[in-house]
Amino acid sequence: MSTAPSQRHIGDVLLKLDGISLAFGGVKALDDVSFEVRSHEIRAIIGPNGAGKSSLLNVINGVYHPSQGAVTYKGTTYRQMRPHEAARRGIARTFQNIALFKGMTVLDNIMTGRTLKMHAGFLFQCLYFGKARSEELAHRRKVEHIIDFLQIEHIRKTPVGRLAYGLQKRVELARALAAEPELLLLDEPMAGMNLEEKEDMCRFILDANDEFGTTIVLIEHDMGVVMDLSDRVVVLDYGRKIGDGSPDEVRRNQAVIDAYLGVRH
Amino acid sequence: MGFFLEVVLGGLMAGVLYSLVALGFVLIFKASGVFNFAQGAMVLFAALTLVRLMEILKETFSPFLIALLLTIAVMIALAWVIERLVLRPLVNQPGISLFMATLGISYVLDGFGQAVWGSDVYALDVGIPKRPIVLFESMVPGGVLVPSEDLAAALIAGLLVLGLGVFFQRTRIGRALRAVADDHQAAQSVGIPLNTIWVIVWTVAGLVALVAGIVWGSKLGVQFSLGLVALKALPVLILGGFESIVGAVVGGLIIGVGEKVSEVYLGPAVGGGIENWFAYVLALLFLLVRPEGLFGERHIDRV
Repeated sequence: MSTAPSQRHIGDVLLKLDGISLAFGGVKALDDVSFEVRSHEIRAIIGPNGAGKSSLLNVINGVYHPSQGAVTYKGTTYRQMRPHEAARRGIARTFQNIALFKGMTVLDNIMTGRTLKMHAGFLFQCLYFGKARSEELAHRRKVEHIIDFLQIEHIRKTPVGRLAYGLQKRVELARALAAEPELLLLDEPMAGMNLEEKEDMCRFILDANDEFGTTIVLIEHDMGVVMDLSDRVVVLDYGRKIGDGSPDEVRRNQAVIDAYLGVRH
Repeated sequence: MGFFLEVVLGGLMAGVLYSLVALGFVLIFKASGVFNFAQGAMVLFAALTLVRLMEILKETFSPFLIALLLTIAVMIALAWVIERLVLRPLVNQPGISLFMATLGISYVLDGFGQAVWGSDVYALDVGIPKRPIVLFESMVPGGVLVPSEDLAAALIAGLLVLGLGVFFQRTRIGRALRAVADDHQAAQSVGIPLNTIWVIVWTVAGLVALVAGIVWGSKLGVQFSLGLVALKALPVLILGGFESIVGAVVGGLIIGVGEKVSEVYLGPAVGGGIENWFAYVLALLFLLVRPEGLFGERHIDRV
Protein backbone atom coordinates (compact mmCIF):
# COMPACT_ATOMS: atom_id res chain seq x y z
CA MET A 1 0.00 0.00 0.00
CA SER A 2 2.78 2.42 0.82
CA THR A 3 4.76 4.17 -1.86
CA ALA A 4 7.73 4.95 0.35
CA PRO A 5 6.87 8.58 1.14
CA SER A 6 10.47 9.64 1.56
CA GLN A 7 11.19 8.84 -2.08
CA ARG A 8 8.66 11.33 -3.43
CA HIS A 9 9.46 14.85 -4.32
CA ILE A 10 8.38 17.13 -1.50
CA GLY A 11 8.36 20.78 -2.52
CA ASP A 12 8.38 24.15 -0.79
CA VAL A 13 6.06 25.33 1.94
CA LEU A 14 2.55 25.61 0.52
CA LEU A 15 0.61 26.43 3.65
CA LYS A 16 1.82 27.92 6.88
CA LEU A 17 -0.17 28.47 10.04
CA ASP A 18 1.25 30.98 12.44
CA GLY A 19 0.13 31.13 16.06
CA ILE A 20 -3.49 30.33 15.31
CA SER A 21 -5.90 30.79 18.22
CA LEU A 22 -9.62 30.32 18.04
CA ALA A 23 -12.15 30.72 20.82
CA PHE A 24 -15.85 30.00 21.00
CA GLY A 25 -17.12 32.15 23.84
CA GLY A 26 -14.92 31.13 26.75
CA VAL A 27 -13.81 27.85 25.21
CA LYS A 28 -10.44 27.87 23.55
CA ALA A 29 -10.67 25.53 20.60
CA LEU A 30 -7.19 26.32 19.34
CA ASP A 31 -4.35 27.85 21.26
CA ASP A 32 -1.31 29.21 19.45
CA VAL A 33 -1.00 26.45 16.87
CA SER A 34 1.72 26.75 14.24
CA PHE A 35 2.81 24.32 11.57
CA GLU A 36 3.46 24.17 7.87
CA VAL A 37 2.55 21.94 5.00
CA ARG A 38 4.88 21.42 2.07
CA SER A 39 3.58 20.86 -1.41
CA HIS A 40 3.02 17.23 -2.48
CA GLU A 41 3.10 16.24 1.14
CA ILE A 42 0.52 14.16 3.00
CA ARG A 43 0.15 15.77 6.39
CA ALA A 44 -1.96 14.17 9.08
CA ILE A 45 -3.55 15.91 12.03
CA ILE A 46 -4.28 13.60 14.94
CA GLY A 47 -5.43 14.02 18.50
CA PRO A 48 -8.07 12.84 20.96
CA ASN A 49 -11.70 13.83 20.48
CA GLY A 50 -12.30 17.53 20.92
CA ALA A 51 -8.63 18.37 20.42
CA GLY A 52 -9.50 20.99 17.80
CA LYS A 53 -8.64 19.07 14.66
CA SER A 54 -11.76 19.94 12.69
CA SER A 55 -11.57 23.54 13.89
CA LEU A 56 -8.11 23.71 12.43
CA LEU A 57 -9.33 22.51 9.04
CA ASN A 58 -12.16 25.02 9.25
CA VAL A 59 -9.65 27.78 9.84
CA ILE A 60 -7.63 26.72 6.80
CA ASN A 61 -10.60 26.82 4.45
CA GLY A 62 -12.11 29.95 5.91
CA VAL A 63 -15.19 28.62 7.71
CA TYR A 64 -13.79 29.98 10.98
CA HIS A 65 -11.74 33.11 11.29
CA PRO A 66 -8.98 32.81 13.86
CA SER A 67 -9.01 35.33 16.70
CA GLN A 68 -5.24 35.43 16.53
CA GLY A 69 -2.58 34.36 14.11
CA ALA A 70 -2.41 34.23 10.36
CA VAL A 71 -2.56 31.69 7.60
CA THR A 72 -0.12 31.94 4.73
CA TYR A 73 -1.10 30.09 1.60
CA LYS A 74 1.05 30.13 -1.54
CA GLY A 75 2.98 33.09 -0.20
CA THR A 76 -0.05 35.26 0.58
CA THR A 77 -0.93 35.89 4.19
CA TYR A 78 -4.51 36.38 5.18
CA ARG A 79 -6.43 36.88 8.39
CA GLN A 80 -9.90 36.33 6.98
CA MET A 81 -10.94 34.32 4.00
CA ARG A 82 -14.37 33.07 3.08
CA PRO A 83 -14.90 29.44 2.07
CA HIS A 84 -15.72 30.16 -1.56
CA GLU A 85 -12.58 32.29 -1.82
CA ALA A 86 -10.55 29.43 -0.41
CA ALA A 87 -12.04 27.21 -3.09
CA ARG A 88 -11.07 29.76 -5.72
CA ARG A 89 -7.47 29.64 -4.50
CA GLY A 90 -7.33 25.90 -4.90
CA ILE A 91 -8.36 24.52 -1.52
CA ALA A 92 -10.92 21.72 -1.64
CA ARG A 93 -12.24 19.69 1.26
CA THR A 94 -14.46 16.94 2.52
CA PHE A 95 -16.46 17.00 5.72
CA GLN A 96 -16.56 14.84 8.81
CA ASN A 97 -20.29 14.25 8.49
CA ILE A 98 -20.62 14.06 4.75
CA ALA A 99 -21.91 17.22 3.11
CA LEU A 100 -23.15 16.12 -0.29
CA PHE A 101 -26.06 17.38 -2.35
CA LYS A 102 -28.34 14.49 -1.50
CA GLY A 103 -31.02 15.10 -4.11
CA MET A 104 -28.56 15.19 -6.99
CA THR A 105 -26.98 12.28 -8.81
CA VAL A 106 -23.38 11.27 -8.23
CA LEU A 107 -22.46 12.76 -11.58
CA ASP A 108 -24.09 16.12 -10.81
CA ASN A 109 -22.48 16.22 -7.39
CA ILE A 110 -19.07 15.77 -8.91
CA MET A 111 -19.87 18.32 -11.61
CA THR A 112 -20.48 20.94 -8.92
CA GLY A 113 -16.82 20.49 -8.08
CA ARG A 114 -16.07 21.99 -11.49
CA THR A 115 -18.11 25.14 -10.77
CA LEU A 116 -15.10 27.40 -10.66
CA LYS A 117 -13.65 26.01 -13.85
CA MET A 118 -16.65 26.89 -15.98
CA HIS A 119 -16.49 30.18 -17.77
CA ALA A 120 -18.99 30.16 -20.60
CA GLY A 121 -21.85 32.63 -20.20
CA PHE A 122 -25.08 31.19 -18.93
CA LEU A 123 -27.02 32.16 -22.03
CA PHE A 124 -24.70 30.03 -24.09
CA GLN A 125 -25.05 27.25 -21.55
CA CYS A 126 -28.82 27.46 -21.88
CA LEU A 127 -28.53 27.12 -25.62
CA TYR A 128 -25.76 24.53 -25.27
CA PHE A 129 -23.91 26.31 -27.98
CA GLY A 130 -20.38 27.25 -29.00
CA LYS A 131 -17.87 27.50 -26.20
CA ALA A 132 -20.40 26.31 -23.62
CA ARG A 133 -20.78 23.04 -25.46
CA SER A 134 -17.10 22.27 -25.84
CA GLU A 135 -16.51 23.38 -22.26
CA GLU A 136 -19.25 21.16 -20.87
CA LEU A 137 -17.87 18.22 -22.81
CA ALA A 138 -14.35 18.86 -21.54
CA HIS A 139 -15.64 19.01 -17.97
CA ARG A 140 -17.57 15.83 -18.46
CA ARG A 141 -14.45 14.09 -19.68
CA LYS A 142 -12.53 15.26 -16.66
CA VAL A 143 -15.30 14.16 -14.32
CA GLU A 144 -15.53 10.77 -16.03
CA HIS A 145 -11.81 10.38 -15.48
CA ILE A 146 -12.25 10.99 -11.76
CA ILE A 147 -15.23 8.62 -11.63
CA ASP A 148 -13.04 6.05 -13.29
CA PHE A 149 -10.21 6.77 -10.91
CA LEU A 150 -12.38 6.26 -7.84
CA GLN A 151 -14.21 3.29 -9.34
CA ILE A 152 -17.73 4.59 -8.98
CA GLU A 153 -18.94 4.11 -12.57
CA HIS A 154 -21.77 1.83 -11.46
CA ILE A 155 -23.43 4.55 -9.38
CA ARG A 156 -22.97 7.53 -11.71
CA LYS A 157 -26.68 8.20 -12.11
CA THR A 158 -27.79 7.28 -8.60
CA PRO A 159 -29.03 10.04 -6.30
CA VAL A 160 -26.43 10.36 -3.58
CA GLY A 161 -28.97 10.04 -0.76
CA ARG A 162 -29.51 6.39 -1.67
CA LEU A 163 -25.89 5.34 -1.41
CA ALA A 164 -24.23 3.49 1.43
CA TYR A 165 -22.07 5.55 3.75
CA GLY A 166 -18.72 4.36 2.43
CA LEU A 167 -19.67 5.22 -1.14
CA GLN A 168 -20.91 8.66 -0.12
CA LYS A 169 -17.49 9.35 1.38
CA ARG A 170 -15.97 8.34 -1.92
CA VAL A 171 -18.28 10.62 -3.88
CA GLU A 172 -17.34 13.48 -1.61
CA LEU A 173 -13.69 12.83 -2.34
CA ALA A 174 -14.53 12.75 -6.04
CA ARG A 175 -16.23 16.14 -5.83
CA ALA A 176 -13.23 17.61 -4.07
CA LEU A 177 -10.83 16.13 -6.63
CA ALA A 178 -12.96 17.44 -9.50
CA ALA A 179 -11.91 20.95 -8.53
CA GLU A 180 -8.30 19.91 -9.24
CA PRO A 181 -7.23 21.40 -5.93
CA GLU A 182 -3.68 22.11 -4.96
CA LEU A 183 -4.53 21.53 -1.33
CA LEU A 184 -7.03 18.90 -0.29
CA LEU A 185 -8.41 18.84 3.24
CA LEU A 186 -9.91 15.53 4.34
CA ASP A 187 -11.84 15.42 7.59
CA GLU A 188 -11.87 11.79 8.74
CA PRO A 189 -12.10 10.26 5.27
CA MET A 190 -12.24 6.76 6.71
CA ALA A 191 -14.58 7.17 9.65
CA GLY A 192 -17.17 4.42 9.85
CA MET A 193 -15.66 2.30 7.10
CA ASN A 194 -14.87 -1.37 7.16
CA LEU A 195 -11.37 -2.68 6.55
CA GLU A 196 -11.79 -3.18 2.83
CA GLU A 197 -13.28 0.28 2.31
CA LYS A 198 -10.45 1.78 4.35
CA GLU A 199 -7.86 0.08 2.20
CA ASP A 200 -9.56 1.37 -0.93
CA MET A 201 -9.69 4.89 0.46
CA CYS A 202 -6.01 4.76 1.44
CA ARG A 203 -5.14 3.74 -2.07
CA PHE A 204 -7.23 6.58 -3.54
CA ILE A 205 -5.58 9.15 -1.31
CA LEU A 206 -2.10 7.92 -2.15
CA ASP A 207 -2.93 7.77 -5.86
CA ALA A 208 -4.40 11.26 -5.84
CA ASN A 209 -1.29 12.52 -4.15
CA ASP A 210 0.87 10.68 -6.61
CA GLU A 211 -0.99 11.13 -9.87
CA PHE A 212 -2.38 14.65 -9.46
CA GLY A 213 0.37 15.92 -7.17
CA THR A 214 -2.25 17.09 -4.70
CA THR A 215 -1.07 18.20 -1.28
CA ILE A 216 -3.20 16.57 1.37
CA VAL A 217 -4.02 17.48 4.94
CA LEU A 218 -6.06 14.80 6.64
CA ILE A 219 -7.61 14.14 9.99
CA GLU A 220 -7.84 10.49 10.93
CA HIS A 221 -8.35 8.39 14.02
CA ASP A 222 -7.08 5.10 12.67
CA MET A 223 -3.42 5.16 13.70
CA GLY A 224 -2.46 2.37 11.33
CA VAL A 225 -3.77 4.45 8.44
CA VAL A 226 -2.09 7.61 9.64
CA MET A 227 1.29 5.97 10.07
CA ASP A 228 1.05 4.32 6.65
CA LEU A 229 -0.13 7.33 4.71
CA SER A 230 1.42 10.43 6.06
CA ASP A 231 4.77 12.05 5.58
CA ARG A 232 4.48 14.14 8.71
CA VAL A 233 2.02 14.25 11.57
CA VAL A 234 0.76 17.09 13.76
CA VAL A 235 -0.62 16.10 17.16
CA LEU A 236 -3.16 18.29 18.92
CA ASP A 237 -4.46 18.00 22.46
CA TYR A 238 -6.86 20.45 24.08
CA GLY A 239 -6.28 22.91 21.23
CA ARG A 240 -2.49 22.95 21.62
CA LYS A 241 0.12 21.36 19.43
CA ILE A 242 1.97 18.73 21.41
CA GLY A 243 3.84 16.97 18.68
CA ASP A 244 5.01 17.39 15.10
CA GLY A 245 7.20 15.23 12.94
CA SER A 246 7.49 12.00 11.00
CA PRO A 247 5.21 9.15 12.05
CA ASP A 248 8.10 7.45 13.84
CA GLU A 249 9.10 10.55 15.76
CA VAL A 250 5.52 11.17 16.82
CA ARG A 251 5.09 7.57 17.90
CA ARG A 252 8.06 7.92 20.25
CA ASN A 253 7.05 11.36 21.57
CA GLN A 254 6.33 11.10 25.31
CA ALA A 255 3.73 13.93 25.31
CA VAL A 256 1.82 12.18 22.57
CA ILE A 257 1.88 8.84 24.34
CA ASP A 258 0.63 10.56 27.51
CA ALA A 259 -2.23 12.27 25.67
CA TYR A 260 -3.37 9.05 24.08
CA LEU A 261 -2.74 6.54 26.83
CA GLY A 262 -3.03 8.76 29.86
CA VAL A 263 -0.30 9.50 32.39
CA ARG A 264 0.48 7.13 35.24
CA HIS A 265 -0.06 8.89 38.54
CA MET B 1 -69.95 18.68 -24.95
CA GLY B 2 -68.94 22.09 -26.19
CA PHE B 3 -69.90 23.59 -22.88
CA PHE B 4 -67.95 21.02 -20.91
CA LEU B 5 -64.85 21.71 -23.02
CA GLU B 6 -65.33 25.41 -22.42
CA VAL B 7 -65.43 24.84 -18.68
CA VAL B 8 -62.32 22.65 -18.78
CA LEU B 9 -60.44 25.13 -20.95
CA GLY B 10 -61.49 27.96 -18.69
CA GLY B 11 -60.16 25.94 -15.78
CA LEU B 12 -56.88 25.26 -17.54
CA MET B 13 -56.42 28.96 -18.19
CA ALA B 14 -57.12 29.85 -14.59
CA GLY B 15 -54.72 27.08 -13.64
CA VAL B 16 -51.98 28.62 -15.75
CA LEU B 17 -52.31 31.80 -13.73
CA TYR B 18 -52.02 29.89 -10.46
CA SER B 19 -48.97 28.13 -11.85
CA LEU B 20 -47.32 31.44 -12.63
CA VAL B 21 -47.51 32.51 -9.01
CA ALA B 22 -46.56 29.07 -7.71
CA LEU B 23 -43.45 29.11 -9.89
CA GLY B 24 -41.99 31.99 -7.94
CA PHE B 25 -42.37 30.01 -4.72
CA VAL B 26 -40.80 26.91 -6.22
CA LEU B 27 -37.76 28.84 -7.41
CA ILE B 28 -36.88 30.17 -4.01
CA PHE B 29 -37.74 26.92 -2.29
CA LYS B 30 -35.55 24.95 -4.68
CA ALA B 31 -32.63 27.23 -4.18
CA SER B 32 -32.78 27.93 -0.49
CA GLY B 33 -35.27 25.55 1.07
CA VAL B 34 -37.26 28.55 2.23
CA PHE B 35 -40.96 29.06 1.71
CA ASN B 36 -41.02 32.66 0.55
CA PHE B 37 -44.13 34.17 2.04
CA ALA B 38 -43.37 37.46 0.28
CA GLN B 39 -43.96 36.10 -3.22
CA GLY B 40 -47.49 37.50 -3.31
CA ALA B 41 -46.28 40.89 -2.15
CA MET B 42 -43.62 40.76 -4.84
CA VAL B 43 -46.29 40.14 -7.49
CA LEU B 44 -48.22 43.17 -6.27
CA PHE B 45 -45.11 45.32 -5.97
CA ALA B 46 -43.89 44.44 -9.47
CA ALA B 47 -47.27 45.09 -11.05
CA LEU B 48 -47.71 48.36 -9.16
CA THR B 49 -44.28 49.57 -10.19
CA LEU B 50 -44.94 48.70 -13.81
CA VAL B 51 -48.39 50.24 -14.03
CA ARG B 52 -47.37 53.48 -12.33
CA LEU B 53 -44.19 53.82 -14.36
CA MET B 54 -46.22 53.37 -17.53
CA GLU B 55 -48.42 56.21 -16.39
CA ILE B 56 -45.43 58.46 -15.74
CA LEU B 57 -43.84 57.52 -19.05
CA LYS B 58 -46.97 57.71 -21.18
CA GLU B 59 -45.58 60.56 -23.27
CA THR B 60 -42.65 58.45 -24.49
CA PHE B 61 -42.65 56.36 -27.64
CA SER B 62 -43.19 53.07 -25.88
CA PRO B 63 -44.30 53.42 -22.27
CA PHE B 64 -44.65 49.66 -21.80
CA LEU B 65 -41.16 48.70 -22.95
CA ILE B 66 -39.38 51.43 -21.01
CA ALA B 67 -41.44 50.82 -17.90
CA LEU B 68 -40.81 47.09 -18.22
CA LEU B 69 -37.05 47.58 -18.35
CA LEU B 70 -37.17 49.94 -15.40
CA THR B 71 -39.31 47.52 -13.42
CA ILE B 72 -36.86 44.72 -14.13
CA ALA B 73 -34.11 46.96 -12.79
CA VAL B 74 -36.21 47.65 -9.69
CA MET B 75 -36.76 43.94 -9.10
CA ILE B 76 -33.02 43.27 -9.38
CA ALA B 77 -32.33 46.06 -6.92
CA LEU B 78 -34.97 44.63 -4.60
CA ALA B 79 -33.32 41.19 -4.69
CA TRP B 80 -30.00 42.79 -3.84
CA VAL B 81 -31.44 44.76 -0.95
CA ILE B 82 -33.20 41.68 0.45
CA GLU B 83 -29.98 39.70 0.28
CA ARG B 84 -28.01 42.46 2.01
CA LEU B 85 -30.45 43.33 4.76
CA VAL B 86 -32.30 40.12 5.44
CA LEU B 87 -30.62 36.99 4.10
CA ARG B 88 -26.95 37.69 4.72
CA PRO B 89 -27.31 37.96 8.50
CA LEU B 90 -29.25 34.68 8.45
CA VAL B 91 -26.72 32.40 6.72
CA ASN B 92 -26.68 28.91 8.26
CA GLN B 93 -29.75 29.69 10.35
CA PRO B 94 -32.64 27.22 10.40
CA GLY B 95 -35.19 27.49 7.58
CA ILE B 96 -37.92 28.63 9.95
CA SER B 97 -36.01 31.84 10.76
CA LEU B 98 -35.72 32.62 7.08
CA PHE B 99 -39.41 31.88 6.63
CA MET B 100 -40.31 34.31 9.39
CA ALA B 101 -38.07 36.89 7.75
CA THR B 102 -39.98 36.52 4.49
CA LEU B 103 -43.20 37.19 6.42
CA GLY B 104 -41.64 40.48 7.45
CA ILE B 105 -40.53 41.22 3.91
CA SER B 106 -44.07 40.70 2.67
CA TYR B 107 -45.51 43.30 5.07
CA VAL B 108 -42.77 45.82 4.38
CA LEU B 109 -43.12 45.36 0.64
CA ASP B 110 -46.91 45.67 0.74
CA GLY B 111 -46.74 48.88 2.72
CA PHE B 112 -43.78 50.33 0.89
CA GLY B 113 -45.24 49.63 -2.55
CA GLN B 114 -48.53 51.28 -1.74
CA ALA B 115 -46.89 54.20 0.03
CA VAL B 116 -44.76 54.94 -3.01
CA TRP B 117 -47.17 54.06 -5.80
CA GLY B 118 -50.58 54.62 -4.25
CA SER B 119 -53.27 52.17 -3.25
CA ASP B 120 -55.97 52.68 -5.89
CA VAL B 121 -57.02 50.14 -8.47
CA TYR B 122 -55.05 50.70 -11.63
CA ALA B 123 -55.96 49.29 -15.00
CA LEU B 124 -53.04 47.62 -16.73
CA ASP B 125 -53.14 47.42 -20.50
CA VAL B 126 -50.02 46.01 -22.06
CA GLY B 127 -51.64 45.26 -25.38
CA ILE B 128 -52.70 41.67 -24.79
CA PRO B 129 -55.73 41.16 -27.09
CA LYS B 130 -58.99 40.71 -25.17
CA ARG B 131 -61.23 39.43 -27.95
CA PRO B 132 -62.43 35.85 -27.46
CA ILE B 133 -61.58 33.29 -30.10
CA VAL B 134 -63.68 30.35 -31.17
CA LEU B 135 -61.85 27.03 -31.39
CA PHE B 136 -62.75 23.53 -32.61
CA GLU B 137 -65.72 24.81 -34.60
CA SER B 138 -65.60 21.82 -36.96
CA MET B 139 -65.61 19.27 -34.15
CA VAL B 140 -68.06 20.71 -31.66
CA PRO B 141 -71.29 22.41 -32.61
CA GLY B 142 -70.94 26.10 -31.88
CA GLY B 143 -67.21 25.74 -31.17
CA VAL B 144 -65.43 26.48 -27.91
CA LEU B 145 -65.10 30.05 -26.76
CA VAL B 146 -61.70 30.97 -25.35
CA PRO B 147 -60.66 34.46 -24.24
CA SER B 148 -57.51 35.29 -26.18
CA GLU B 149 -55.89 36.98 -23.19
CA ASP B 150 -55.99 33.64 -21.41
CA LEU B 151 -54.32 32.01 -24.39
CA ALA B 152 -51.64 34.66 -24.30
CA ALA B 153 -51.14 34.01 -20.60
CA ALA B 154 -50.78 30.31 -21.25
CA LEU B 155 -48.24 30.99 -23.94
CA ILE B 156 -46.21 33.27 -21.70
CA ALA B 157 -46.33 30.75 -18.85
CA GLY B 158 -45.21 28.00 -21.18
CA LEU B 159 -42.23 29.97 -22.38
CA LEU B 160 -41.31 30.91 -18.83
CA VAL B 161 -41.39 27.30 -17.66
CA LEU B 162 -39.32 26.19 -20.61
CA GLY B 163 -36.76 28.91 -19.98
CA LEU B 164 -36.52 28.19 -16.27
CA GLY B 165 -36.24 24.45 -16.88
CA VAL B 166 -33.31 24.92 -19.23
CA PHE B 167 -31.72 27.43 -16.88
CA PHE B 168 -31.88 25.04 -13.93
CA GLN B 169 -30.79 21.91 -15.76
CA ARG B 170 -28.16 23.18 -18.15
CA THR B 171 -26.27 26.04 -16.64
CA ARG B 172 -23.62 26.14 -14.00
CA ILE B 173 -25.72 28.65 -12.09
CA GLY B 174 -28.65 26.25 -12.15
CA ARG B 175 -26.51 23.49 -10.75
CA ALA B 176 -25.14 25.88 -8.16
CA LEU B 177 -28.68 26.83 -7.13
CA ARG B 178 -29.62 23.23 -6.54
CA ALA B 179 -26.40 22.75 -4.63
CA VAL B 180 -27.06 25.70 -2.34
CA ALA B 181 -30.52 24.38 -1.56
CA ASP B 182 -29.06 21.06 -0.47
CA ASP B 183 -26.18 22.16 1.72
CA HIS B 184 -24.82 25.66 2.37
CA GLN B 185 -21.50 24.51 3.73
CA ALA B 186 -20.74 22.04 0.98
CA ALA B 187 -21.77 24.57 -1.66
CA GLN B 188 -19.33 27.10 -0.29
CA SER B 189 -16.56 24.52 -0.14
CA VAL B 190 -16.76 23.92 -3.89
CA GLY B 191 -16.54 27.65 -4.47
CA ILE B 192 -20.15 28.68 -4.86
CA PRO B 193 -20.60 32.17 -3.42
CA LEU B 194 -23.77 31.92 -1.36
CA ASN B 195 -24.58 35.62 -1.46
CA THR B 196 -24.39 35.97 -5.22
CA ILE B 197 -26.54 32.91 -5.66
CA TRP B 198 -29.19 34.36 -3.39
CA VAL B 199 -29.29 37.60 -5.31
CA ILE B 200 -29.75 35.61 -8.50
CA VAL B 201 -32.58 33.47 -7.10
CA TRP B 202 -34.46 36.42 -5.70
CA THR B 203 -33.98 38.28 -8.96
CA VAL B 204 -35.41 35.39 -10.95
CA ALA B 205 -38.27 35.03 -8.46
CA GLY B 206 -38.84 38.79 -8.79
CA LEU B 207 -39.01 38.51 -12.57
CA VAL B 208 -41.44 35.63 -12.35
CA ALA B 209 -43.48 37.77 -9.97
CA LEU B 210 -43.40 40.53 -12.56
CA VAL B 211 -44.71 38.23 -15.27
CA ALA B 212 -47.44 36.96 -12.95
CA GLY B 213 -48.23 40.54 -12.01
CA ILE B 214 -48.59 41.58 -15.64
CA VAL B 215 -50.85 38.68 -16.51
CA TRP B 216 -53.01 38.86 -13.38
CA GLY B 217 -52.94 42.65 -13.34
CA SER B 218 -54.26 43.00 -16.87
CA LYS B 219 -57.05 40.58 -15.96
CA LEU B 220 -58.10 41.93 -12.56
CA GLY B 221 -56.56 45.36 -12.45
CA VAL B 222 -53.57 46.14 -10.25
CA GLN B 223 -54.74 46.36 -6.68
CA PHE B 224 -54.04 45.17 -3.18
CA SER B 225 -55.87 41.86 -3.64
CA LEU B 226 -53.28 40.87 -6.23
CA GLY B 227 -51.02 39.93 -3.34
CA LEU B 228 -53.63 37.46 -2.20
CA VAL B 229 -53.30 35.28 -5.29
CA ALA B 230 -50.35 33.87 -3.40
CA LEU B 231 -52.82 32.08 -1.17
CA LYS B 232 -54.04 30.07 -4.14
CA ALA B 233 -50.48 29.12 -4.91
CA LEU B 234 -50.17 27.26 -1.63
CA PRO B 235 -52.49 24.35 -2.53
CA VAL B 236 -50.89 24.28 -5.98
CA LEU B 237 -47.52 23.71 -4.34
CA ILE B 238 -48.83 21.03 -2.02
CA LEU B 239 -50.27 19.23 -5.01
CA GLY B 240 -47.29 19.61 -7.29
CA GLY B 241 -44.48 19.45 -4.78
CA PHE B 242 -42.47 22.34 -3.46
CA GLU B 243 -39.31 21.56 -5.40
CA SER B 244 -40.71 20.92 -8.84
CA ILE B 245 -41.19 23.41 -11.64
CA VAL B 246 -43.22 20.84 -13.55
CA GLY B 247 -45.19 20.22 -10.38
CA ALA B 248 -46.13 23.87 -10.10
CA VAL B 249 -47.53 23.78 -13.61
CA VAL B 250 -49.39 20.49 -13.33
CA GLY B 251 -50.64 21.35 -9.85
CA GLY B 252 -51.94 24.68 -11.09
CA LEU B 253 -53.74 23.09 -14.00
CA ILE B 254 -55.33 20.38 -11.85
CA ILE B 255 -56.60 22.93 -9.37
CA GLY B 256 -57.78 25.30 -12.08
CA VAL B 257 -59.75 22.62 -13.89
CA GLY B 258 -60.93 20.95 -10.69
CA GLU B 259 -62.42 24.06 -9.19
CA LYS B 260 -64.14 25.19 -12.39
CA VAL B 261 -65.62 21.80 -13.18
CA SER B 262 -66.81 21.19 -9.64
CA GLU B 263 -68.24 24.68 -9.43
CA VAL B 264 -70.26 24.24 -12.58
CA TYR B 265 -71.41 20.65 -12.07
CA LEU B 266 -71.51 20.23 -8.30
CA GLY B 267 -72.08 23.84 -7.35
CA PRO B 268 -75.83 23.94 -7.84
CA ALA B 269 -76.26 20.90 -5.58
CA VAL B 270 -74.49 22.47 -2.61
CA GLY B 271 -75.43 26.07 -3.22
CA GLY B 272 -72.29 27.15 -5.04
CA GLY B 273 -69.08 28.69 -3.76
CA ILE B 274 -67.05 25.52 -4.32
CA GLU B 275 -64.45 27.49 -6.23
CA ASN B 276 -63.44 29.21 -3.01
CA TRP B 277 -62.52 26.13 -1.01
CA PHE B 278 -62.01 23.39 -3.57
CA ALA B 279 -58.25 23.95 -3.85
CA TYR B 280 -57.70 23.81 -0.12
CA VAL B 281 -59.70 20.63 0.42
CA LEU B 282 -57.81 18.98 -2.42
CA ALA B 283 -54.54 20.07 -0.85
CA LEU B 284 -55.65 18.66 2.48
CA LEU B 285 -56.40 15.29 0.90
CA PHE B 286 -53.01 15.31 -0.76
CA LEU B 287 -51.28 16.01 2.53
CA LEU B 288 -52.91 12.91 3.93
CA VAL B 289 -52.06 10.65 1.02
CA ARG B 290 -48.97 11.99 -0.64
CA PRO B 291 -47.38 14.73 1.43
CA GLU B 292 -44.42 15.27 -0.90
CA GLY B 293 -46.78 16.15 -3.77
CA LEU B 294 -46.93 14.70 -7.25
CA PHE B 295 -43.46 15.69 -8.34
CA GLY B 296 -41.76 16.57 -5.08
CA GLU B 297 -38.61 14.88 -3.93
CA ARG B 298 -39.29 12.08 -1.55
CA HIS B 299 -36.74 12.61 1.15
CA ILE B 300 -34.62 9.61 1.75
CA ASP B 301 -33.13 9.35 5.17
CA ARG B 302 -30.76 6.55 5.92
CA VAL B 303 -31.15 5.69 9.54
